[in-house]
Amino acid sequence: MGVSRGAERLGIAMFAPALIYIFALVGTPLFLAFLYSVGDVTVGSVGYRFVGLENFASVLQNPTFRGALWHSFLFTVGAQLIVIICANMLALALVDRFRGRGLVRFFILLPWVAPISLGAIGWKWILDSIYSVINWALVKLHLVGPFDTPMWLGESSLAMMSVIMVHAWRMLPFSTVILLAGLTAIPKDIPEAAAVDGAGFWRTHFQITLPMMAPIINVAVLFGVIFTFTDMTVVYILTRGGPYDSTQVLPSLAFFTGILGGDLAEGAAISVFLVPILVVIAWLMLRLAHRAEVV
Amino acid sequence: MATVEARGITKVFTQGERGAVNDVNLLTREGEFMVFLGPSGSGKTTLLRMIAGLEDPTAGDILIGGQVVTHLAPRDRRIAMVFQSYALYPHLSVYNNIAFPLKAQGVPKEQHEDKVRWAAELLGIGALLQRKPRELSGGERQRVALARAIVREPTVFLLDEPLSNLDAKLRASAREELTQFHHRVGTTTIYVTHDQIEAMAMGDRIVVLHEGYVRQVGSPREVYDDPADTFVATFLGSPPMNLIDHGDVLVGFRPEHLLPRDMVPGPAVAIGVRVTGVEYLGSERILYALIDRDRFAEQKVVAKLPATYETGAVDGRAMEFAVAERNLRFFDKTTGKRAASRSLTWG
Repeated sequence: MGVSRGAERLGIAMFAPALIYIFALVGTPLFLAFLYSVGDVTVGSVGYRFVGLENFASVLQNPTFRGALWHSFLFTVGAQLIVIICANMLALALVDRFRGRGLVRFFILLPWVAPISLGAIGWKWILDSIYSVINWALVKLHLVGPFDTPMWLGESSLAMMSVIMVHAWRMLPFSTVILLAGLTAIPKDIPEAAAVDGAGFWRTHFQITLPMMAPIINVAVLFGVIFTFTDMTVVYILTRGGPYDSTQVLPSLAFFTGILGGDLAEGAAISVFLVPILVVIAWLMLRLAHRAEVV
Repeated sequence: MATVEARGITKVFTQGERGAVNDVNLLTREGEFMVFLGPSGSGKTTLLRMIAGLEDPTAGDILIGGQVVTHLAPRDRRIAMVFQSYALYPHLSVYNNIAFPLKAQGVPKEQHEDKVRWAAELLGIGALLQRKPRELSGGERQRVALARAIVREPTVFLLDEPLSNLDAKLRASAREELTQFHHRVGTTTIYVTHDQIEAMAMGDRIVVLHEGYVRQVGSPREVYDDPADTFVATFLGSPPMNLIDHGDVLVGFRPEHLLPRDMVPGPAVAIGVRVTGVEYLGSERILYALIDRDRFAEQKVVAKLPATYETGAVDGRAMEFAVAERNLRFFDKTTGKRAASRSLTWG
């Protein structure tokens, strides 16, 4: 029995919005990015000349780019490490029933659902060189002198740390929810069997629960890495890549070079540079997840 | 080896509601195979979990080997438990599943291999040690769970419906094997089941539970032949015991004791019945009938006859049946408790 012509048309019509959306808002920009990265386009230019890998060679020569590449890795690995450890602890705390669990879950989800610009601006004030509440607290506790407060966003290593912390704060709810789902999916019998078998909390957690959650942790890390590696919001709002490009990451550098600096071709080359790295990460993670499933 | 004792054990999950387990007092013997039998919701698993330390009793004490363990963690009770789902660690090989309790309890590493092999051989799974649980059949998983339980030589075995996930055929052989296994290791065992056949076949003693109360403790023969109340009388046996309303008492007799008049020698009570249905089950016949005599007219009875006996029973036919007097049991009509035997004036 074949599908009638009308039903087929309806199917295409129903499918079209998704297809158009992907082509117009994902496919086209991606295609343009590839096209620009091998051309000589600048903002305001009208022509297009194919230049091969010239843009890539040029950015690779640029110390700012190499710095940004390193910062991107540091930013991603640092933030994800913090996120995974904290998300694990939070998930363990939230899996048991207790009074007010719903409220606590709501508060933990808040950084994820609140607009990032709002959160980041909040952090900008918290880390401000003059109005920082952290510094105020440190001074009041007599841990630092009133004119000796740390410049959270003004000093290279502190700024990087601040950016990583804020991004981890923002990603934490997402990972927590995923890990919580993974933890809930483990049958209650299994940790109980471990308890009867003589295992304490740490052994149960590290030898039973964590390995069983490995596939879902991989998913959380994969998404976290991609969200972090391609994100520039926190950096852009808090430090604009400064001081002296010490928090510059690839997406922010691509934006500053391509959009604000007007060199579309080089900006495109920088952002396209991310693609193979992300593909490798995704492939590795999916392989890990698959293996954990099969073994 | 050790005994297990429950003293006034009560578990209330929701304040104000009836407890899941109510004032249970029990004492196993050394090396005994004790079965907790009851329908779902009877509190048998909750009671087992309190013995294991997975659930805190609301009141009362648990003693293992004469020592109060009520507030000890499961790991400090020297018990082993087999879960209904087996609860094997899915990411570990059979070998590592069995070795896990050894590692967790700090048994020196050089002893692990010997002990794991010993447990695996005992259960006939020596060839499966490198497999993962997902690659095993239900029966094999059950053996792995047993091997994991036996490997550290616990003082008490707790088994929570370990056969309920096996198919009917496998269950019968697993039952026999489990009994053999218990004879070999001789460890005090508590076995939870809702299956009366398992309870009858395996238990040294059966604890019949209902709504969190112990209804009777006794050997399979005692609980079957001398039920303490109408619940035990009707829960055990298939079809259940016939209960006939007789003035202030209920008169009970097993379907296999309700036989055609000429098959019952000695003093007996005659019961005239009208057959309402016959089920042929191969080895036996189940007769559904109504009593045909004035005073007990229209009360339902069930008879179980060996299929080798040709009754000629068909629907609607009136027949003369009887029950030997020694097979009659009496129960108080209001409390349901067992009442003294009396001579019966029937009809």
